[in-house]
Amino acid sequence: MVPLWWYIVLGVVLFVIGAAGVLLRRNILVVLMSLELLLNSVNINFIVFGHTYDDFRGQIFAIFVIAITAAEVAVALGILVALVRNKSTLKVDDVTMMKG
Amino acid sequence: MDQGFFLLFATVSVITAVMVVLAPNPVHSALALMACFLQISAIFVLLEAPLLAVIQIFVYVGAIMVLFLFVIMMIDVREAVLQRFLPGRNLPALVLLVLLGVEMLVLVRWSDRFSVMEAAATPTGGDVRLLSITLFAHYLLPFEAASVILLAALVGAIVLARKEPG
Repeated sequence: MVPLWWYIVLGVVLFVIGAAGVLLRRNILVVLMSLELLLNSVNINFIVFGHTYDDFRGQIFAIFVIAITAAEVAVALGILVALVRNKSTLKVDDVTMMKG
Repeated sequence: MDQGFFLLFATVSVITAVMVVLAPNPVHSALALMACFLQISAIFVLLEAPLLAVIQIFVYVGAIMVLFLFVIMMIDVREAVLQRFLPGRNLPALVLLVLLGVEMLVLVRWSDRFSVMEAAATPTGGDVRLLSITLFAHYLLPFEAASVILLAALVGAIVLARKEPG
């Protein structure tokens, strides 16, 4: 039987690694991948607590998170392709078109 | 037995997650992320959620990562290899991350919400029939909303990614 807090620590570690990728990397693709990592660590927490409390709602929320993530990735990659076509850059600090 | 498997999967997933952030080439990041998702789906199996494990492999490894690899193939990533991290001082972001991690760990370890809980006596989480009854009876409206969101995302991605007419 694995203790509950092991899973939570795993979720925290993956969340911090993903946040590091979002904050530090320069490549937009890697930023998006780190975002996926963040959402997955949240999913681990949903399923662990659903398992601990013997409640299906954890798994159902995780299913919805996965569905919304798929939608988010499709739109984000569409924006990325349009961005590369118009501005031909992949660096997050070069994308300052909406500065106003 | 379970603990050994959990430690194995958790270690490999953390190592591959670090590789996602540190790899200079986005293709290597994508492959490491794929390995990380496979480990996480194995952890879902340990948690008696086999349906979620299969969905994780299908959706993340099968669909999302293939989408990433296609986009990497379409665009030129060679110039992005040269400079991995944002220029300038990254110290404030690192301090923020360390604070975030320490805060979450302290809350987990020293809060009585997490320490006193016992696992359910007879976990039924692996029962796909009960799970789908819950999903399609009590959560039917969110399910339909999610499908509409997916349709909107599909249309939006096509509109965003196509060439300008004329």
